[in-house]
Amino acid sequence: MDGVPSAIVTHHAAFAEAARVIVSNQFVRAASASDAVAGVHPQTIVEPGDEQELAAVLKLANDEGLGVIPRGGGTKLGWGNPPKRADVVLSTARLNRVLEHAWADLTVTVESGCTIQNLQDALARQGQRLALDPLWPRHATVGGVLATNDSGALRLRFGALRDLIIGVTLALPDGTLAKSGGKVVKNVAGYDLPKLVTGALGTLGVITRAVFRLHPLPKDTRTLSCVAGNLDDAQRLLLAIQDSQLAHSALQLRYAENAALQLDILFEATETGLAAQIEKLQTIVVAAKLTDSGPEIWKSRQALYDDANSGEAHLPVAKISVLPSCIAKTLKLLARISVNLRPIHFCAVLQATGLGCVRFEGSPASVAALLPVLRAEVERDGGSVVIADRGAALVPGDAWGSPGDALPLMRSIKQQFDPKATLNPGRFVGGM
Amino acid sequence: MGQAFLVTVNFTREQQLIPGKAAVDARIVRELRAIVGDRGLITSPEELRTYECDGLTNFRVMPSAVLLPDSTKQVQAILRICHRERIPFVARGAGTGLSGGALPVENGIVLSLARMNRILETDLPNARVVVEPGVTNLAISDQVLVQNYFYAPDPSSQSVCSIGGNVAENSGGAHCLKYGFTTTHVLGLEVVLADGTLVNLGGKTLDTPGYDLAGVFVGSEGTLGVATKIILRIVKRPECVQTLLAAFPSTNEAGAAVSDIIAAGMLPAAMEMMDNLAIQAAEAAVHANYPDCGALLLVELDGPVAEVKALMTHVDEICRRNAASEIRVAQSEAERALVWKGRKAAFAAVGRISPNYIVQDGVIPRTALPRVMSEIEHLSTEAGIRVANVFHAGDGNLHPLVLYDRSIAGQEEAAEALSYRILEICIAAGGSITGEHGVGADKKMAMSKMFSEPDLETMQRVRCAFDPWQLANPTKVFPRPRMCGEKPGKYVAHPLEAAGIAERF
Repeated sequence: MDGVPSAIVTHHAAFAEAARVIVSNQFVRAASASDAVAGVHPQTIVEPGDEQELAAVLKLANDEGLGVIPRGGGTKLGWGNPPKRADVVLSTARLNRVLEHAWADLTVTVESGCTIQNLQDALARQGQRLALDPLWPRHATVGGVLATNDSGALRLRFGALRDLIIGVTLALPDGTLAKSGGKVVKNVAGYDLPKLVTGALGTLGVITRAVFRLHPLPKDTRTLSCVAGNLDDAQRLLLAIQDSQLAHSALQLRYAENAALQLDILFEATETGLAAQIEKLQTIVVAAKLTDSGPEIWKSRQALYDDANSGEAHLPVAKISVLPSCIAKTLKLLARISVNLRPIHFCAVLQATGLGCVRFEGSPASVAALLPVLRAEVERDGGSVVIADRGAALVPGDAWGSPGDALPLMRSIKQQFDPKATLNPGRFVGGM
Repeated sequence: MGQAFLVTVNFTREQQLIPGKAAVDARIVRELRAIVGDRGLITSPEELRTYECDGLTNFRVMPSAVLLPDSTKQVQAILRICHRERIPFVARGAGTGLSGGALPVENGIVLSLARMNRILETDLPNARVVVEPGVTNLAISDQVLVQNYFYAPDPSSQSVCSIGGNVAENSGGAHCLKYGFTTTHVLGLEVVLADGTLVNLGGKTLDTPGYDLAGVFVGSEGTLGVATKIILRIVKRPECVQTLLAAFPSTNEAGAAVSDIIAAGMLPAAMEMMDNLAIQAAEAAVHANYPDCGALLLVELDGPVAEVKALMTHVDEICRRNAASEIRVAQSEAERALVWKGRKAAFAAVGRISPNYIVQDGVIPRTALPRVMSEIEHLSTEAGIRVANVFHAGDGNLHPLVLYDRSIAGQEEAAEALSYRILEICIAAGGSITGEHGVGADKKMAMSKMFSEPDLETMQRVRCAFDPWQLANPTKVFPRPRMCGEKPGKYVAHPLEAAGIAERF
């Protein structure tokens, strides 16, 4: 407790004692070193048993002036900026039930602490899925994936979480439990708060449950890959496929130094439909050879993070968003500026949506020097560069880049929902 | 005019809560004229009459003035004056809304975006189109037709309704089952806030850093500001489209077919259902050559040819299994257009079989359809009022058309009561009070039935952040305004901050 003023210790002791009245004793415990959030050490971990308990504990922490870090599977706790303070970790680990799978209505109501894999397993029993392929599905939870707005290759066809979520229940710092949206796919009654909290990094409220629209599991799937000779060819092919009448579910470009450029395309259809589409794809790629590469290829985005995690040095990863027509341009830009800042190496996976992730290998100082240059160029074209994972060496710098001229409005929203800056203080854009 | 009276009563009560309501006097009119010129200002009572209601004609309020700006700068200048004088304003597109969303506010102005109707940019490689709010929905699809793209949301009024209005209402349409709603297709917005500030929400690229304010703005019914530029996503036309029409003995069998299609893992582009009364009306109006039956189901599949063919065979089997007496697949684009013409004309067509009618818009979980249908039928019989039903069957969006004759004493009130009861049935079934027409002035009281007080208070926090004086389309959506002056909690310094260790952002 070195350096912590006695006032906070008192607050904290009062909080922990009061939290034990709300949540049974064993679910309020002292934090350990592994609970650190981007190097900031919280004091107490609370695992409420239901959403009422969660709202009550959140209110208590808010009343005591403590900083609260909502946590699901803890897979992306390093995302965003390091918190200004992290007194209490509010875990959704026990809010893990699939509440209602209305399969005939293609909807599901699920608690926020349910892992993506457990949710998908439950849905698959009725031949359905949440059409989303986020990182680390075995550990990542519904709430965490929503808060970070994580999406993978399937986004091309099925949209992002904002397009799949139809209802939400939120616990606000003042203890309010509020729901918005509903259980039906089509609904325009009231403001769309499910979208507001998707990607808000838990800075407005803690998501306690969500309702999603679902899609049927595909009958047949095929993944095909081809090599592109150079970046211009890859860009041309990617746009040609997008401009075609193929009904593909995903399309991505894999880039690594000293390796061939790979384009991967995913089809989900009936067996007869597949054959016809593959024939058509061949006429678009002309001379390039199509190979059956199998579903594992779609884990390459996660592999960028995982490779970094399993290797000796845990490497930084940035999420970039550019116009689909600027994908090659962005990769060329990356190659150019990383040459100037040798020794930086990078590899990338970019989706046809213009979203992608880039992993950097180099000294933290040189990566930190590269990011502002990259960001300035990408932002000039209307895109963005966000540091997702800072790596073991904790690459410094603002994670988000420019939120544009709406920042004052975003601050007003934050002020309305969380006036004491209790939730994830400092982790979001503009230091919110 | 029972409802119009009710609205007036509400205004009076809210006047005490909403600041401003200053009259638009001669001095202000002069200032406004200096911004938009003579062509852009309407103050004569005869001309103002055009703007006293939208598509929901039983609510009428005369605005003090109508402004027709032709640029974002003019919109900003107008709203700065409104803000300074605390004059409420209502933005208006084509005025085709069906919930009174564009109903003027007493002592307020109407801001018509009709003159801001340019398509600013078409970016085919990125499938983006940038438009001003007054552009009609259909004009966007027309713009990119040659290149085989289209703008997917297709409300029935698409040939006249404006994109600005679609954004306000988060409009849907028959094809949103597969393609999503307006919100799915809006990537970014330029918005003038109620104090005249210009902000850009979202953008041409995905996942712009910060809160998804574009996502919140779409469907906010003009209560958060005025969109002056809209970045839209367009979609490549599918290789082939096939439309099947099946006649069933009743909506029960048709509903069972819909459930079986979903259960078979298919996601058609559209699934529409009409009951016998709606079929009769459509026939009388546009001679769509529909079979006379208890219920019609229209299923549209699109995609690659081989895929559509395979799935259509399956849909055909499912319909037969559910007692379809007649099945037709439109054999030409002309046949397909005729099938849709009957469906899209259904609302207006009801005018052929009834002097007056209310278009209701509710949503139920699709599986509740048979139960809800029999409840509606029961209410209809009990009240002696006919109800024609048109559904977006795939997503459970019902459009019951409550038929009545205003000239018969008491029938209008009975029809209104019945129409409201249908909403209650939708809520009880776990659905919603509106799927695409919006809450507007019409359904704000029903919001309290669907949401609890904390739910509504939480939504209103968003409004307070955007428009603390509540000048943008006040008196809509929410049953009661929230006083934004009441800060949700007093700021208390964190101990670390007080100790000088941390600083507040």
